[in-house]
Amino acid sequence: MITASHAEHASGHYLSHDWTLRGWLLTVDHKRIAWLYAASITGFFFLGGLAALLIRLELITAPGDLLSSETYNKMFSLHGIVMVWFFLIPSIPATLGNFLMPMMVGAKDMAFPKLNLLSWYIYTVGGIFTLAAVIAGGVDTGWTFYTPFSSLFSNSAVIAAATGVFVVGFSSILTGLNFIVTTHTMRAPGLTWKRLPLFVWANYATGLIMVLATPVLTVTLLLLGLERGLGIGIFDPALGGDPLLFQHLFWFYSHPAVYIMILPAMGVVSEIIACFSRNPVFGYKGMVISIAAIALFGFVVWGHHMFVSGQSLYAGILFSFFTFLVAVPSAVKTLNWTATLFRGHIWFSAPMIYALSFLGLFTIGGLTGVFLAALALDVHLHDTYFVTAHFHYIMVGGAVTAYLGGLHFWWPKMTGRMYSELWSKVAALALFIGFNLTFYPQFLLGYSGMPRRYHDYPEAFEFLHILSSLGSGVLAIGYLLPLVYLGWSLWRGPRAPANPWDAYGLEWLADSPPIKHNFTETPKVTGGPYVYD
Amino acid sequence: MSTTETPESAPAEQFNTMAQQRHAGLMGMWVFLITELLLFGGVFGAFIVLRVQHENVFAEAAHHLDLVLGTINTVLLLTSGLTMALAEQAVSVRRRGLSLVFLLGTILLGLVFLGIKAYEWHHEYTKQLLPVMDLPFNYPGEHPEVAELFFNFYYAMTGMHAAHMLIGIVILAVMAALVAGWRAPAKLDRQIHIVGLYWAFVDVVWIFVFTVLYLLRG
Ligand code: HEM
Ligand SMILES: [Cu+2]
Repeated sequence: MITASHAEHASGHYLSHDWTLRGWLLTVDHKRIAWLYAASITGFFFLGGLAALLIRLELITAPGDLLSSETYNKMFSLHGIVMVWFFLIPSIPATLGNFLMPMMVGAKDMAFPKLNLLSWYIYTVGGIFTLAAVIAGGVDTGWTFYTPFSSLFSNSAVIAAATGVFVVGFSSILTGLNFIVTTHTMRAPGLTWKRLPLFVWANYATGLIMVLATPVLTVTLLLLGLERGLGIGIFDPALGGDPLLFQHLFWFYSHPAVYIMILPAMGVVSEIIACFSRNPVFGYKGMVISIAAIALFGFVVWGHHMFVSGQSLYAGILFSFFTFLVAVPSAVKTLNWTATLFRGHIWFSAPMIYALSFLGLFTIGGLTGVFLAALALDVHLHDTYFVTAHFHYIMVGGAVTAYLGGLHFWWPKMTGRMYSELWSKVAALALFIGFNLTFYPQFLLGYSGMPRRYHDYPEAFEFLHILSSLGSGVLAIGYLLPLVYLGWSLWRGPRAPANPWDAYGLEWLADSPPIKHNFTETPKVTGGPYVYD
Repeated sequence: MSTTETPESAPAEQFNTMAQQRHAGLMGMWVFLITELLLFGGVFGAFIVLRVQHENVFAEAAHHLDLVLGTINTVLLLTSGLTMALAEQAVSVRRRGLSLVFLLGTILLGLVFLGIKAYEWHHEYTKQLLPVMDLPFNYPGEHPEVAELFFNFYYAMTGMHAAHMLIGIVILAVMAALVAGWRAPAKLDRQIHIVGLYWAFVDVVWIFVFTVLYLLRG
């Protein structure tokens, strides 16, 4: 159980005072920084979405008629770079995490508020480089920047794009550092590690991955830049360098990076499912151990992206084995959520619909990951639409859906306003239907041999591609709707009480929206999380 | 630590106590250094893989580095580690003059290190062993194309290290200015420990750079 004294209502909340440009751009309040991030990543999300729309338009018909193959390559590269680095990696941690981590541990702010603001500025600088790359004519290397194409052959704006990704990595490192130190040193009295909400655990583990994996990407891109810009060849085979080394270093970061995307999503979903099934999360300890196991195993499976790259067979077998292992904690989490739902009193609110969508889509994404982890099968499926469908089920079906669920769940807390019940449910359903219509056909396409990254294809694949493009239209509606009704709620939504969902967690003790330092008095914690009957 | 100087040590807004702030500051630096470790870890990992692949050529190429200058630099940097530790001690016993002397000494040693490093690079340039930006590369030994890879790593690693030194020297200069002003010694005490951690890290990285590039000459 938790107690905090709701002393007199402090006048003014974090949004009401100092509503000036300066008050926003120089703020060190974690809650305002969360909004700075939310606005920026939303912009990038729709930029990446625009690229995706063009891709899907091109693929409606078999011949490559809308975009030249060169433009098409630039489109999917832009889409991947923007979505992975400027939307998904920061999404939940930098917005919901920034807003909630200090509140959930009962603190006034992050341990390093100025670094927190700095991280947003770094993000912005990185974003500017990426936009510059687009203006300079785009980049055609794909989001993975594989050498030797990216270092020696591509004629596109590789340096600008890679610099953008290089820079934005530092913002991620600073966010992770803040999460780690905040969780260690800023917890309210009585809030022991075993009493932390799973959202905090998930973001803490994410922080560790950010801090441990990102620097390897940083240095890899630095070496790429040195090779391309100054001719300091490292990966160049003509010098005895090894282009595969790039892939090793890249995936050493980028596989753990996919857990940067999914762990916070798992944290969000745990909070939502517990609240709307009025049940404590089943197997709290198991959940924490799985989070740790996912973060840990994530570091030893990168070679599953290189099964057909010519790495040694023994490496392939080991990486395959570890990849199977990593599916175990993911399955534990899925089963525990299901057990939490079981015998719960389920309330189908919008956040819950998003959380349930997550559960379904993540399961499909995870299971198809296990297919891909099988060495022999992957030889057939590698670089086909099957892989595309696999990671979209997890990154979009899973992570983006959870982000939206979390945004709805904590919206009343963040803004002090309620949104439309009806429209939010319509949007959540549109997302679920649109998503499946877009990406399920891609499993079938990939299985029947359609490779990724081509702007034309044999007629036989046309039907499935048309379904997929149709689905993306529905999906777009699912993403545009919240922009409208959530935006509307800011002006016209009914005022939200401090705890509209009757949820547990320190953040719900604060006002909606919270005062500048969150609590009038540091809360004292005397029991574990999720005390739903 | 210093419980005697309470008046000047009100914690920053987000903290409740001084002890909490100190703990957070130190921990933040440690976490940062771990990221730095992995930053260098990436290049070291790559270097070691290639070093195993091209064992003989790399070992031979290492002979073309200036071991004497490298050794002098190692001694200089280790000494600067000592003066930095002494500066930290001097601040914690509140000896302003002494702290300043040791800090400036550390800066001086760092600058001399960078000077020697720059001279070394220049020397390699005159020997036509600097293959960047289409400069000529005239390596006298066998397999010059693989030796070029070695030299590329040499410039990348020593360059990254020098960049860190440069940042460290700027931070030390700021620290020296703060010590000269000598306001809020308890705060200085906290800060100089954090700066000291960074400087020690730069030291340690050099030891590794020196070992894998200069000493592994087969
Ligand atoms: C249940 C755990 C998972 C397993 C067993 C698994 C397995 C795999 C395998 C074996 C591949 C390589 C396929 C190939 O390229 O041939 C792959 C690709 C991929 N996975 Fe997963 N995965 C899992 C979870 C995730 C998660 C959580 C994410 C993201 C949040 C993710 C994102 C990706 C991406 C982005 C790629 C493809 C990258 C590319 O080539 O562009 N996976 N996965
Ligand atoms: Cu992976």
